[in-house]
Amino acid sequence: MIRGSIDSIESLGLYDGPGIRVVVFFNSCKLRCKYCHNPEMWVKQEDNITSTELVEKIIRYKNYVIDNGGVTFSGGEPLLQPDFLIDCCKKLKEEGFHIALDTAGVGIGKYDEILEHVDLVIFDVKHADTDGYKELTGLSIDESERFLDIANKKNKKFWVRQVVIPGVTDTDEYLIKLKQYLNKIHNIEKIEFLPYHKLGSEKYEALGIEYSYKDQEEMDKTKCEELYKKFINM
Amino acid sequence: MREEWKGFVEGKWISEINVRDFIQKNYTLYTGDESFLQPISTKTTKVWDKCLESLKEELKKGVLDIDTSRVSGINSYDAGYIDKDNEVIVGLQTDELLKRIINPYGGIRMVYNSLEAYGYKLDENIDKYFNEFRKTHNQGVFDVYTPEIRKARKYGLLTGLPDAYGRGRIIGDYRRIALYGIDYLISNKEKDRNNLSGQMTDDKIRLREEVTEQIRALEEIKQMALKYGYDISLPANNAKEAVQWTYFGYLAAIKENNGAAMSLGRVATFLDIYIERDLAKGLISESEAQELIDQFVIKLRMARHLRTPEYDELFSGDPTWVTESIGGVGIDGRPLVTKNSYRMLHTLINLGPAPEPNLTVLWSKDLPEPFKRYCAKVSIETDSIQYENDDVMRPIYGDDYAIACCVSAMRLGKQMQFFGARCNLAKALLYSINGGIDEVKGIKVLEGYDIITDEVLDYEKVKSAYYKVLEDVAGLYVDTMNIIHYMHDKYAYEKGQMALHDTVVERLMAFGVAGLSVVADSLSAIKFAKVKPIRNEEGIAIDFDIEGDFPKYGNDDDRVDKIATELLEKFYNELCKHPLYRNARHTLSVLTITSNVVYGEKTGATPDGRKKGVAFAPGANPMHERDTNGALASLNSVAKLDYTCYCRDGVSNTFSIIPDALGNEDSVRINNLVEILDGYFIQGAHHLNVNVLNRETLIDAMENPEKYPLLTIRVSGYAVRFNRLTRKQQEEVISRTFHSKR
Repeated sequence: MIRGSIDSIESLGLYDGPGIRVVVFFNSCKLRCKYCHNPEMWVKQEDNITSTELVEKIIRYKNYVIDNGGVTFSGGEPLLQPDFLIDCCKKLKEEGFHIALDTAGVGIGKYDEILEHVDLVIFDVKHADTDGYKELTGLSIDESERFLDIANKKNKKFWVRQVVIPGVTDTDEYLIKLKQYLNKIHNIEKIEFLPYHKLGSEKYEALGIEYSYKDQEEMDKTKCEELYKKFINM
Repeated sequence: MREEWKGFVEGKWISEINVRDFIQKNYTLYTGDESFLQPISTKTTKVWDKCLESLKEELKKGVLDIDTSRVSGINSYDAGYIDKDNEVIVGLQTDELLKRIINPYGGIRMVYNSLEAYGYKLDENIDKYFNEFRKTHNQGVFDVYTPEIRKARKYGLLTGLPDAYGRGRIIGDYRRIALYGIDYLISNKEKDRNNLSGQMTDDKIRLREEVTEQIRALEEIKQMALKYGYDISLPANNAKEAVQWTYFGYLAAIKENNGAAMSLGRVATFLDIYIERDLAKGLISESEAQELIDQFVIKLRMARHLRTPEYDELFSGDPTWVTESIGGVGIDGRPLVTKNSYRMLHTLINLGPAPEPNLTVLWSKDLPEPFKRYCAKVSIETDSIQYENDDVMRPIYGDDYAIACCVSAMRLGKQMQFFGARCNLAKALLYSINGGIDEVKGIKVLEGYDIITDEVLDYEKVKSAYYKVLEDVAGLYVDTMNIIHYMHDKYAYEKGQMALHDTVVERLMAFGVAGLSVVADSLSAIKFAKVKPIRNEEGIAIDFDIEGDFPKYGNDDDRVDKIATELLEKFYNELCKHPLYRNARHTLSVLTITSNVVYGEKTGATPDGRKKGVAFAPGANPMHERDTNGALASLNSVAKLDYTCYCRDGVSNTFSIIPDALGNEDSVRINNLVEILDGYFIQGAHHLNVNVLNRETLIDAMENPEKYPLLTIRVSGYAVRFNRLTRKQQEEVISRTFHSKR
């Protein structure tokens, strides 16, 4: 029996993978992204559920998701609880679930084994540039590249996400860098640009953490869409 | 074979009244998509424009007009038209559009109150003679009510009782008129009466009298139709006549009765058979077929009953529950979807969204995919459709049942319902804590209970006291219903509707509960957290202090969901211990419509943390914003309430989701909604109202009603124009959970 720590389950997720998704939010993350809207999941809390219990909960939604949807492990960073994650994945695969992993690729290894059970990697790019990455997340880009290498070798299907932040990831130079960066990933099915918004900022107050992006302006939705079009045609 | 039936496949229906057999032998399953549908015709536009004008006027004045000079009846009024030259289907309740009927048979006090509210006065002669010579259902009931019943009614333990107006929820099989003509129906009833011979017992005497009344009603329906220039003694010859004959049957029902719910039945697929025959013969075009259905639906949208302002507070927006059941699957596995199922839904596009007729899709996993997708599409566009699970109802009610009101299934022409309003479960819980004393009024309503004086409430103790209260309330409730329906049969018998039933019918008595989620959460709080009553000087718990968290209904958590299911099972079993008037069968619903607001107002603070006067959640919904694990978890909790075992009158759930939470483009939203409906109903869940809209839209509509004249939403079991809800009801709708995670 393997125990893990999750923050919550959203039973009707429609954006984190194809079809209807049951999204499980794992606690704990090493990155401290300035725009993070789930800071309550940064710290690894006490284990609060066993893999069997979690799988049972997810199976309750099988009727809704089995044909076109599935389950998405998100967080936090699900890679930080590898054994728990692997055990859940194995059990869900036996039940026929499509499994997506929503990750920044910054875990503690066992990537090969984890990815064995994963149908889709939803990869959060953060920043395509080594310095920019460090500046935005507080950590080095190396670990995420290790993860990407392994996923690439296994030819995993990718949805790639880029949070577009005014002045940080919305410049022409950045888009060129991003293009080069994404060339490294073989099997990209979809690229999404997510406009930066401040919706999570009140969580910081509640947690007593300083929100380092409090003066950062939000990204205009329409501009973000235009940028995306431009990027796709580059 | 009769001339009118040429082209139809023969079967048992030729030699006996058997509409189901006719449908099964003759309908054409349609598995294609909606691309064949036609837009609104010029004639229909003209008629509908006139209606829209009158509706505007009506909205300003409350009611457009009332005929105070005569009393309700199938043939009491002259013919009336909207725009005679352009009306393809004719017939109004009175001689003018939206002019309302006076129906004093259920209760004359209700008539006085409604007339006064709108500045009208009853004709002097009617006032004098009706009171002098005619007793009403309402008087009969109050002659017999016991002091205990009066108290339970007065303090809101039993609420919404049909003891002052028509009981409704009876569906005549209006299709019989189209298929057989009135004369054949009369001759059948005469045969039935002849067979009611032998020793004249109470039952037989009553039934012989009823059948005679039914025959009289059939004659009246024929006379009424003649005023419009139609002889309906013989079967319908073509599609137009089939629609018209069927409508005359329904029209007779709403001229004679003012029941809360006057439902239509399941006519779309039946009528499709006539349309298909005419299309094949080249007698009509698809546009003309749609025109027939659009104009039929216009007529249904114009049905009105005279209500009091207090009634409106319970059920807002002039609902009439002209429920039409669409789709479903036959017991042989063939879906009952026809092109006319599409045409009926398409009226929401041609005429715009509207609450009536209350379009109810009988959902099955086996419905054709294109039809599922079309339903989802219209739902997303109009918020005007409700869904009910054919796969759980068919094994009980066969494949020719229909829904009366919101969720009440019955076999057409074979079963009728005694409508039973509802019992306030949350108030009953407070009575068990407060020794039978009403927490708002301080009056002893139930005798024989002690006040629970514990500092912290003990689960087992409260549960056992509560279950004992429920045992007594069940007895009281059954007595009340028996009295009501005895008197209704005696003083306000629905002869026109019952004439369109078999002579020997099965009766269902539909009890109901309100406040289920409040009680489930309250008991859960007592069990899993620490609940301390705050008592007034008399020792009555007027509020509760809750320490710690507890599982809440609506999160797919068995710890609390089981409390809800057990409670329903207990109450249903208690009801079943008491015999019913005319050997009716007990059924139970979890449905409040919009009355959850008023019931909440009359109920003190509850141990779940709900404050005094705060609205209950509607029907079987989880309490507002307590379902925090997303929409599917919420649906899964409701799906656990067992329809087949103890809730055969329905489990109503209203689901609101913002468009963005359903997907980022229409085709994705449609797919996802279909998946949600399939996933929910496969578990045996019974009913779902679907609203796809933003909370901000509703807030804006509350402040600026003129901007949203057509905004329609599903509440609990029916749809309503948002601007016809009371402010309190609007606020309640806005405070509901909107599943919005994206």
